[in-house]
Amino acid sequence: MPPAAPIAPLLGPALGLSAVLFTLGVAGVLLRRNAIVLFMCIELMLNAVNLAFIALAQLQGVGGQIMVFFVMTVAAAEAAVGLAIILAIFRHNQSVDLQNVNLLHG
Amino acid sequence: MTAPIIGLVWVVVALPLLGAVLNGLIAVLRPQAKSAVSVIGPGVLVGAFIMAAAVVVGLAGLPPDAPQVVRIWPWLVAGRLDVDIAFLVDRLSAVMLLVVTGIGSLIHIFSIGYMRSDEGYARYFAYLNLFVVFMLVLVLGSNMPVVFIGWEGVGLASYLLIGFWFSDEQNAAAGKKAFLVNRIGDFGFLVAMFLVWNHVGALDFSTVLGAPWVPGGALVTAVTLFLFLGCAGKSAQIPLYVWLPDAMAGPTPVSALIHAATMVTAGVYLVARTGLLFAAAPLSSAVVAGIGALTALFAATIGLRQYDIKKVLAYSTVSQLGYMFVGVGAGAYAAGIFHLVTHAFFKALLFLGAGSVIHAMHHAYHATHSHDDAQDMRNMGGLRRYLPVTWVLMWIATLAIAGVPPFSGFFSKDEILGAAFARGAAGQPIYYVFYAMLVVAAFITAYYMARLMAMTFHGASRATAAEREQLHEAPWSMTGPLIVLGIGSAVAGVLNLPTLVGGHAWLEHWLEPVTGIATRLSGFRPVAGNHEAVLVGLAVLVGVAGLIAGFRATTARALVPAREAAPDTGLARLVYHKFYVDELYERFIVRPIVTFSRVFLWRIFDQGVVDGVAVNGSARLFRGIGWLGSRLQSGQVGLYIVVFVVGAIWILRTILG
Amino acid sequence: MTEIVFYILAAAAVVGAALCVLQRSPIASALWLMTTMFSLACIFVLLGAQLIGILQVLVYVGAVLVLFLFVVMLLNLSHEGSDLRGPWGVGAAVVVIGLLAVELFGLWQYTPARLAREVAQAPQLADPRLAFPAALSMHAVATPNVVEDLAAPLFQTYLIPFEVTSVLLLAAAVGAVVLAKRRI
Repeated sequence: MPPAAPIAPLLGPALGLSAVLFTLGVAGVLLRRNAIVLFMCIELMLNAVNLAFIALAQLQGVGGQIMVFFVMTVAAAEAAVGLAIILAIFRHNQSVDLQNVNLLHG
Repeated sequence: MTAPIIGLVWVVVALPLLGAVLNGLIAVLRPQAKSAVSVIGPGVLVGAFIMAAAVVVGLAGLPPDAPQVVRIWPWLVAGRLDVDIAFLVDRLSAVMLLVVTGIGSLIHIFSIGYMRSDEGYARYFAYLNLFVVFMLVLVLGSNMPVVFIGWEGVGLASYLLIGFWFSDEQNAAAGKKAFLVNRIGDFGFLVAMFLVWNHVGALDFSTVLGAPWVPGGALVTAVTLFLFLGCAGKSAQIPLYVWLPDAMAGPTPVSALIHAATMVTAGVYLVARTGLLFAAAPLSSAVVAGIGALTALFAATIGLRQYDIKKVLAYSTVSQLGYMFVGVGAGAYAAGIFHLVTHAFFKALLFLGAGSVIHAMHHAYHATHSHDDAQDMRNMGGLRRYLPVTWVLMWIATLAIAGVPPFSGFFSKDEILGAAFARGAAGQPIYYVFYAMLVVAAFITAYYMARLMAMTFHGASRATAAEREQLHEAPWSMTGPLIVLGIGSAVAGVLNLPTLVGGHAWLEHWLEPVTGIATRLSGFRPVAGNHEAVLVGLAVLVGVAGLIAGFRATTARALVPAREAAPDTGLARLVYHKFYVDELYERFIVRPIVTFSRVFLWRIFDQGVVDGVAVNGSARLFRGIGWLGSRLQSGQVGLYIVVFVVGAIWILRTILG
Repeated sequence: MTEIVFYILAAAAVVGAALCVLQRSPIASALWLMTTMFSLACIFVLLGAQLIGILQVLVYVGAVLVLFLFVVMLLNLSHEGSDLRGPWGVGAAVVVIGLLAVELFGLWQYTPARLAREVAQAPQLADPRLAFPAALSMHAVATPNVVEDLAAPLFQTYLIPFEVTSVLLLAAAVGAVVLAKRRI
């Protein structure tokens, strides 16, 4: 294998894209009050992280891809449970606006 | 080495304590069980007296210079501090032991008759027993803290008994006054104790007195002056004497026991007990003698114009305590204690006699529904026909206090006069002044006592005919103790019969191991025999002259009952109002303190600083912190997320460096 | 050529993500998110993770997003008015996002050489043999045998985590039912 040849030329751009998507996800989480949109943004962040794993897996081996596999599983589970919680909250106060969800206030 | 009986000295204290507890229980549970109280109250005292006598006999069989310390239990052990509850049985405390339990027994017996009809009979005896407990702790304490327990305890008992009839606000106020004035003295005692602890590192008398004090040094002078402040409070000396006349609000036997015979002499006892310190501080000794002489003269003067029979006796007590302080201040500790003993006899007799008179007058007024003052001498007169026993006994006491030989007061007072004169002759001329003051005071004493006798027992009766029919001698339980005290007043002088008349100064020899060194250290030298004879002659002359003058002056003019009497004018008015000392204190000490307390301590410091800043302020501070915390716990997920992301960024920063 | 495709897909992903965040309607958000995920799936393929790319389409687009849409429609959410946070919330969010962007900006600069250098400098943390024991050599990655390469470590080295994941999914399914059901 010629060492000078760039094995993974898209490493930098892929990680950068990951950063941008992650930041957008954080922005969504911080800006929106709709619980469902918030969840979507969390999924977006998870995807961004997945992208970073995949990008690094080009160099560091298939372990990164396996990690993505697990992340996707967890994300699916989380989406199921999270949406069920949102359903329960909606049933409780007819809204998914997080401003109305403050049962934990001190 | 210790005689076994001395180890049982705690029984002397425990018996009255038992009585106090039992009577207290009866007072709470069955106040009507007066017969039981009549047995328990005086019974424990008589038992204590017998026990005390046994202890003293045991002590007499021991070598004289071996004080016996009876440790009861360890009390305070902290660092270098090691204080036991321990009793010191030596020849000085033995004398006090006998006086307290002996006179105490007689007054307890007298109280059976005097207080029998009172509602609070059991309560009264509970207090009285309690007083004796603390008084015994005071005289027996082998270190300063234990003495202080007794010191405070007798103050408490005194307070409780002065305000015994507390439903009358005046009595309660008198008790409060006594308590507060005594606090000033207790402050002195405490400071003295702190100084001693700081300097010596121990508080028991043997160590303290044996410590290397610099004679005439500032430290020992300060210690003794503060001690004397305590003594002045407890023993009613200028400027703290004002509580004692008011203390007469209590039942008369209480006045006899606490405010004449025992508690008020605690100061004299304490000075004698710490005589070695006072001997090392000539300035303090002079102050003691000076205050004593001044008090003796001043209080006697006030006694001249009082109409309340107990007030006269109260000022007389203050005056006589002044004599004792001159004695101990002059270094004649034995003489001071001797006067203490004789004074206990004749002043107790005077008070109980007055009690007998008041009892009779009160009974007569009660029977005729009169509302006159049973204690005002202007309402009496001619009582010798109705109270012959009391009359005779009161004359004995009067002769004793006036210093007429061979009654007891003559010997003791004469010794004090001699001691003052001797110190003057020994190169301290200021004591000549004290001597002169005491001689004048002796004349006044004889004068006001004669006046008292003349107004009370002689002349025409100023009671109405109906009242006169009701006047009669008190029951035997009251006159019995009076007679015993009368005998004591008459013959107690033999305890310390001076060598001049062929005696052996027995009490002085008995006390020699305790006070002898201090007396020699203080520079006291007895006067030569022929001088002494002249002095004695002068004293007797003065006393007799006072008696005659007082009697003549009083019987010379017709007396009218109190309600018809014109108010005094001029100098008499000034003296009647006790030179307005109470009013001066009120104006210049009490009111400024009250104002200061109210404005600064209460409004500004307590309400403003303590309540406002410290208590509510700290509460508000933490409520504010809690409010901030609760704002964080808004329950708003958004805020949580922001915080969470900030934390995540922080961690990222740390990892990426 | 690959790079041009990557950048097109990247642009689509970023636009989709941005609109997902900014769209008022949850339905629109979900659909824009779908765009992003599709793009990402393609990028995964470009980056040599073909299987993951397919799983991305299946799991995310096919399952998760459908679930989202399903819930949104089930709840029949209206979207009158903005659900943006108040001025304080937006301000704080902007500051935080700015910080994060600055923090993550450096990721653009990564090249394989730099990564190798950093890995060499911090062997304890980034040694692939420690972090991923079953990691294959670079050579193996360079000639991918798509399913096998992923399946072998998954069902051998990572068998237990894989099985635990199935338990997790079971628990999630039960939990979702319990939470969402009115009466059990």
